[in-house]
Amino acid sequence: MSITVKNISKLFGSFKALDDVSVEAPGGQLVALLGPSGSGKTTLLRIIAGLEYADAGQVLFDGEDATERHARQRNVGFVFQHYALFRHMTIFENVAFSLRVRKTPRDEVQHRVMELLKLVQLENTAQRYPSQLSGGQRQRIALARALASRPRVLLLDEPFGALDAKVRKELRRWLRKLHEEIHVTSLFVTHDQEEALEVADRIVIMNKGRIEQVGTPDEVYHSPANSFVLSFLGHVNVFHGRLEGGVATLAGGQQVALSNQPGGDGQITALARPHEIDIATDDSHGGAAAKVTWVHRAGALVKVEVELEDGGALLVIELSPERYANTPVVAGQRIFATPRAARVYGAEYQI
Amino acid sequence: MSGSAENFTRQDPRRDPWWLKWSLIGFVVAFMSVFIIIPVGNIFVQAFANGWQRYLSTFFASGESTQIQEVQFNLNAIGMSLFLMAVVVPLNTIFGVAVAWLVTRFKFRGKAALLTLIDMPFAVSPVVAGMLFVILFGAQGYIAQALAWAHEQTWAQAGSGQYAVWYLNWLNGQIIFNWPGVVLATAFVTLPFVARELIPVLESQGSQEEQAAITLGASGWQMFFRITLINMKWGLLYGMVLCNARVLGEFGAVNVVSGNVRGQNTTIPLRIHQLWEDFSLTSAFALSTILVVVALITLVAKVILERVSDGTVGSRVRH
Repeated sequence: MSITVKNISKLFGSFKALDDVSVEAPGGQLVALLGPSGSGKTTLLRIIAGLEYADAGQVLFDGEDATERHARQRNVGFVFQHYALFRHMTIFENVAFSLRVRKTPRDEVQHRVMELLKLVQLENTAQRYPSQLSGGQRQRIALARALASRPRVLLLDEPFGALDAKVRKELRRWLRKLHEEIHVTSLFVTHDQEEALEVADRIVIMNKGRIEQVGTPDEVYHSPANSFVLSFLGHVNVFHGRLEGGVATLAGGQQVALSNQPGGDGQITALARPHEIDIATDDSHGGAAAKVTWVHRAGALVKVEVELEDGGALLVIELSPERYANTPVVAGQRIFATPRAARVYGAEYQI
Repeated sequence: MSGSAENFTRQDPRRDPWWLKWSLIGFVVAFMSVFIIIPVGNIFVQAFANGWQRYLSTFFASGESTQIQEVQFNLNAIGMSLFLMAVVVPLNTIFGVAVAWLVTRFKFRGKAALLTLIDMPFAVSPVVAGMLFVILFGAQGYIAQALAWAHEQTWAQAGSGQYAVWYLNWLNGQIIFNWPGVVLATAFVTLPFVARELIPVLESQGSQEEQAAITLGASGWQMFFRITLINMKWGLLYGMVLCNARVLGEFGAVNVVSGNVRGQNTTIPLRIHQLWEDFSLTSAFALSTILVVVALITLVAKVILERVSDGTVGSRVRH
């Protein structure tokens, strides 16, 4: 079951929550709606669920127009950030709710609920109440409840947002696995780029009510369409320079290889990820002079923060332990930073 | 535990001195005794002052014709109060649920004004409320005048004002000085109880569970009865208990609209007042025991509801 969103717009007062948004989630895929808060991703999800109505545009399920259909008739499974389990019902009754309102026969309810509790690995909680479960368990029950009536699509609104870091990582791996088992078209909202990159088949990156890029995790990470996507998917360092005949020269005089091909010559800002920057203790290879302000060594990569002497901009640099062993800088030391690679986009990027 | 440590005494800074604690206890006990315990206890003492038989003769006829009439009036009053309970509590429960739902689930202009207006019956004296209804619905009231005027206009050509007179005669005693007036006045005075209790309950619960129910395929009614109503049941019961207590106790507004005809449209408090004026003290106190027992039941119900709801309803929420 594919989900298609066509030219959706939504205003809240004078605030444009969604501005002519079109998205396609192909059948069976797990798609992430990724963006900062206020980007409209949750509103889009709620419009697809029918919990909110769009001012303009269409929602299609498998090409069939569902725009005017009431939420209860859309047969979508919706998982809320704060679980929204029915607190006065047992876990069994929670999961059974969508079957009960559809007047499903008793033994079928019993069978289906136990099947789902098994799927989320919480069979022994059937007679308990939501308040007796941990956050991670509650969210799994919320998922089982959403799946009970065999929805055509599954929508998850920041499903792991209310959980602590460790449970969150466990659960997203579990969701990935679950999705491989049941293959229901799923759309989940998140502001955590790591979560989206790790779990989703496709990522829709949103900003200010518009879509910035759609692609596989690989595509959006390695070929970001614009500086917003680049900076949203990880830290970026900014260098100033000039572009002439496709060759980028930074303010310090060194040339830098560009990962994309911008058109036109003139002043540029070149953007480099933390791991794309080399450091040296002498300027034999050129590079921008800077002072080390902080070194974090706890982690798989050594993180070095430096302040450029020219302009005082802060750079974040990530080095493998081996590279750090070659140039073991300490705070206060003078170093020279050179981007190995960088990207240049048009003038839209502002810091 | 050496001896020197025990000799070293010091005052716990978190603790107030003993004399303050005991003088406060003494003051509160004395105050409660004078204003609550002794008067309430005295109601029972007075009611049974002339023995069980006399107490029961307030409610059961025993042959003497004047006594039969008195008992009939007393029973009428009890019946009227029970009738009010049966009509006004459900009426204000439905209204309270509707208002609480409206206020917590929808955004609209004038919400603050509505919330203030709901509290109006608490702010205005019940006697004034009663008078408002007399002026509105009474035989000389606005509505009667408007209707009479309309009739005169319609029948002016026929040269007859008698229809208006007839109409006024008909209207007189239909609402005011009759049971509908008593219902209206009581409903007005007890209007805020359920709504006031439910608004914070619904607000704190939010609408997420309701939205979940809808996405799971529930209809509006299914959502309301299976989720919303059950989630607010303690708050609802709490409001109904308070509303009920006030329905039974209301005096001022009912006194104005009932017309004060003996044995007619008289509630328990009105009847107690009549008996008091007749110097029928034992009967007055005997009837009062009913209200006191209801009050005690109300208090117990309040405490139970505050407990079972885990503090989500009642006075403990606001602390």
